[in-house]
Amino acid sequence: MNTELSGVIFTYLLTLGISIPLGLYMARVFKGEKNWLDFMAPLERLIFRFSGIDAKREMNWKQHLYALLTINSIWLIYAFVCLLFQAHLPLNPDGNPNQSPDLAFNTAISFLVNCNLQDYSGESGATYFTQHFVFMFLHFASAATGIASLIVLFKALKDKVTDKLGNFWDYFVKSITRILLPFSFIIAIMLAFNGMPTSYSGKDTVIGMQGDTVHVSRGPVAAMVAIKHLGTNGGGWFGANSAHPLENPNYLTNTIELVAQLIIPIGLVFTLGFYLNKKKFAYVIFGVMTLGMLLLMIPTINAELNGNPILTKMGISQPTGAMEGKEVRFGPLNTAYWSVMTTITSTGSVNSMHDSAMPVSGFMMMMGMMINCFYGGCGVGFLNFYIFIIIAVFISGLMVGRTPEFFGRKIEAREMKIASLIALLHPFIILVGTALSSYILVNYANANWVVKPSAWLGNPGYHGFSEMLYQYASAAANNGSGFAGLTANNIFWNVSTGFVMILGRFLPIIGPLAIAGILARKKFVPESAGTLKSDSVTFGIMIFAVIAIIAALSFFPALALGPIAEHFSIK
Amino acid sequence: MKTYLMPALKLTLILIVILAGMYPLAIAGIGTFTKGNGNGETVQFKGRTVGYANIGQKFTKDEYFWSRPSAVDYKADASGGSNKAPANPDYIKDVEARIQNFLKHNPNITRAQIPAELVTASGSGLDPDLSPDGAKIQAARIANRRGLIEKDVLLLIDKNTEQPLWGMFGPAKVNVLKLNVALDELK
Repeated sequence: MNTELSGVIFTYLLTLGISIPLGLYMARVFKGEKNWLDFMAPLERLIFRFSGIDAKREMNWKQHLYALLTINSIWLIYAFVCLLFQAHLPLNPDGNPNQSPDLAFNTAISFLVNCNLQDYSGESGATYFTQHFVFMFLHFASAATGIASLIVLFKALKDKVTDKLGNFWDYFVKSITRILLPFSFIIAIMLAFNGMPTSYSGKDTVIGMQGDTVHVSRGPVAAMVAIKHLGTNGGGWFGANSAHPLENPNYLTNTIELVAQLIIPIGLVFTLGFYLNKKKFAYVIFGVMTLGMLLLMIPTINAELNGNPILTKMGISQPTGAMEGKEVRFGPLNTAYWSVMTTITSTGSVNSMHDSAMPVSGFMMMMGMMINCFYGGCGVGFLNFYIFIIIAVFISGLMVGRTPEFFGRKIEAREMKIASLIALLHPFIILVGTALSSYILVNYANANWVVKPSAWLGNPGYHGFSEMLYQYASAAANNGSGFAGLTANNIFWNVSTGFVMILGRFLPIIGPLAIAGILARKKFVPESAGTLKSDSVTFGIMIFAVIAIIAALSFFPALALGPIAEHFSIK
Repeated sequence: MKTYLMPALKLTLILIVILAGMYPLAIAGIGTFTKGNGNGETVQFKGRTVGYANIGQKFTKDEYFWSRPSAVDYKADASGGSNKAPANPDYIKDVEARIQNFLKHNPNITRAQIPAELVTASGSGLDPDLSPDGAKIQAARIANRRGLIEKDVLLLIDKNTEQPLWGMFGPAKVNVLKLNVALDELK
């Protein structure tokens, strides 16, 4: 077997090998059972005492949301202010300037919502202070927000009839002290010993072999890159993200970063199985997600390995595959694997420039973000999946003519309305955003703005349209990767994607928690012969069909104008 | 909301201290024990620092192995790729120009032998590596310019080739800066 293929298979198997025990461990943490990080308990007590929090006070679903939204509002204001004044704050060895208000608005939201769309470039648009005290802090905080929300859902599914869904602060803090911080610490050390910088010294200047003067941006990168992947954040230190050789120095660091961005999303699926004691149900969900991943993965790898057909026609050799925007140390096969994994989870870090990928790959990456629940983001991936479960249960119920029920609760009009709204919100914000930007581009191409709309796109034709579609898909899915040829640092894009990101984050958290909270209070109906078995393959197929229909029907027309048209035009 | 405001503020404060202050400082402390002491590994030649091992450098002279094309001209404080789509006409022109340039400087090579990596820009613009093939294709030119035997240059490439991870995973590669330093040290 060639070493590029074996490398990818090894990476995936290693991911599973870590995710399953991690899933069990996370279930123990949130059930309050003994676990090997109990030595963190004094730190947690200190945090709670300092903050004046009683971590044992039970909350209902509304109180959970109040806590979540309050603390997120504080972070938004904090991040916005820091970015506006970063030039005057400490830890700015490279002397970088303040962010403009629209850029700071976009960036603050972006990191708050676990999206990490970056309209600035790390080397010149942020300081060491904002990289750590804003971005890296929010890497932890936003991932923990996602995990805590999901645990509320698990709790609501677990108990028969309840209003008591645990304590938000407790889930949130434990997500950090028991999962994100210790694992980031281990990962960061591994990265540091593989050539990733850790020190606070600023830019260095060296004179190269040919006499050219080179300014090398550096910084305490390793700590941030660890949580950037573990928390499915993706916002990198350097402009080129994980394609940059100091942010991803070799194949081993690449493997570590790939594994780190998947273990929590996959692990949480198994956590569900262990937490609810419904392992078979977890396997069904894992199966659906993995099938979806493979359907996106295989065509992408195939397209990249075949190389760019136009370069083939020009007569050069592409022995390993398409190389534009890619790095030699990873190779096209691994890069294709990364680009799918980073778009189906909400990570959005890149080890290649997605804009230069083949049209089929671009299609698959966008599809991954449009579906947004094959593994998905830290916590929120399963919250999205839950919406599709509710819809699948409802449709199945209608098909056999029975009242639909899930885990012993009847699903009725109110829950179904919420689920439909959330399921439709995602295509709505992506397509409306793309339509708006296309309209402006066509009708106001030469408007007298700082960046004229006619200068937005980095590529002509179908691909230019794909750049806009990708940007809104990435913002709505809180992914953060981009077709970076798009000139996004201007008022229109900063503001419009800012709103899309915030809608794409909080409504898909509020919706599922509302459904779960309402269901948890309903009368428990014991299983009978007519109950739809939630842990069956049939049900798995049903969920898959719902996902395929909703995603395919709503996005197919837009995708046909972008990557599909591009594919057939260069074949 | 008011019941949540003060706890949220205080929680934010203490977590910032732990996560953005103490955690990266601890990593920075441990990082001083790594190669390059956490500042990044550098490469020395004749007692002078000539670059960073992991940061690709511009090599255009015929007597050196060329690095891959860079969309940012190897500016190590402004990394990035070309972000050109596969069928963009400007991009195709760029590639054709690079092919012509390569053929001009390597007259013994045919078009079909040029590996894509030598005429396409990398993702970071700072790719430090070439595939072994990408280096070997330049051996004849370098041997010719430096008055070396081609076989010796090929041997030097083999000696500087980094095998896949644990011999099993990922591509083999050659670090261009280290290879060029080794080349200068030959004499």
